[in-house]
Amino acid sequence: MSDIIARITLPASARRGEVIPVRVIVRHPMERGFDGPGLTPLPRKILHSLRVTYAGAEVFRMALSSGITANPYVEFTTIAVETGAMVFEWQEDGGAIFRREARLIVT
Amino acid sequence: MKAWALLALLPLAALAQGIRPSQDYLSPTLRAQQEDPSRHPGWLWVDEGEAIWRQGERACQSCHGDIAGMRGVATRYPAVAADGVLLNLEGRIERCRVENQGQPAFGLESEALLGLSAAVAQRSRGLAMSVPVEGAAAALLEEGRAFYEARQGQLNLSCGQCHDANAGQRLRGDMISNGLGTGYPAYRLEWNTMGSLHRRLRACSLGVRATQFPLGSREYLTLELYLAHRARGMPVEAPGLRR
Repeated sequence: MSDIIARITLPASARRGEVIPVRVIVRHPMERGFDGPGLTPLPRKILHSLRVTYAGAEVFRMALSSGITANPYVEFTTIAVETGAMVFEWQEDGGAIFRREARLIVT
Repeated sequence: MKAWALLALLPLAALAQGIRPSQDYLSPTLRAQQEDPSRHPGWLWVDEGEAIWRQGERACQSCHGDIAGMRGVATRYPAVAADGVLLNLEGRIERCRVENQGQPAFGLESEALLGLSAAVAQRSRGLAMSVPVEGAAAALLEEGRAFYEARQGQLNLSCGQCHDANAGQRLRGDMISNGLGTGYPAYRLEWNTMGSLHRRLRACSLGVRATQFPLGSREYLTLELYLAHRARGMPVEAPGLRR
């Protein structure tokens, strides 16, 4: 499990039961392994999934494809349940997993 | 004859007044994204740059203190160093790294240098450009102006023919701006990554089918100085977001 440059934006705090927007942008070239005349073939290396868990449950999951831009940006909403960590986990081609956490304060 | 000559000069005088900040030429969506660090990928480089600022035994921080102290620095570059060499922000950082930190240079257009320049330039965001052009810089400014005004390449265009005479018009689906360097280093959607002003200038040279000069070349450095002078009073937008 290694670290990755990402910006996770959450409200500073939320009331229990409130719907909160979560924004996450991650630095990754999303190398699509493009092969063409005059180009050197490269192995495909993209982040192929993003999984977000919060309060012991999976709240968001997304399959990312090679058609998605570099440094992908994702926005979703979830419901504030309890103060704790929201864990973001990206899986890269080749099996590497990157993990980042953000803390949500629920009042 | 005299009246005709005066009339011909009039549009030029109006143009000198008509320079607008680059953000004015962005689409509303792109402009909103440029202002929103939660959606602007350029801030990923700013984050990396701020980490580099603190890294190492002789870190940037060891001499300069917190990066917050770099406020306003980007408004004064490019600048002439004590030995007469014209340095832009990237060049200044590279020199500092080699001479004062005893580290190998990052290399122009490297991710680390783009990140560090973006982190430093970001501290001047919103502040007015005010590059000094007295003394040794005066001759270099004229060199840059001459480059800006010279017709170049197979299309025989000068910079001003697009960026003064046709600013606000559309070119290949994009809006032509006044061509200021205030947003660089910028995240350019066409590049899918962060890039320097010199990389952008190379793209402009290619566009008019003229000679592309190397990154950090004298031609682009003096042009950058002229552009910074043209942009005096305009806000620094780095890290910018460009199409």
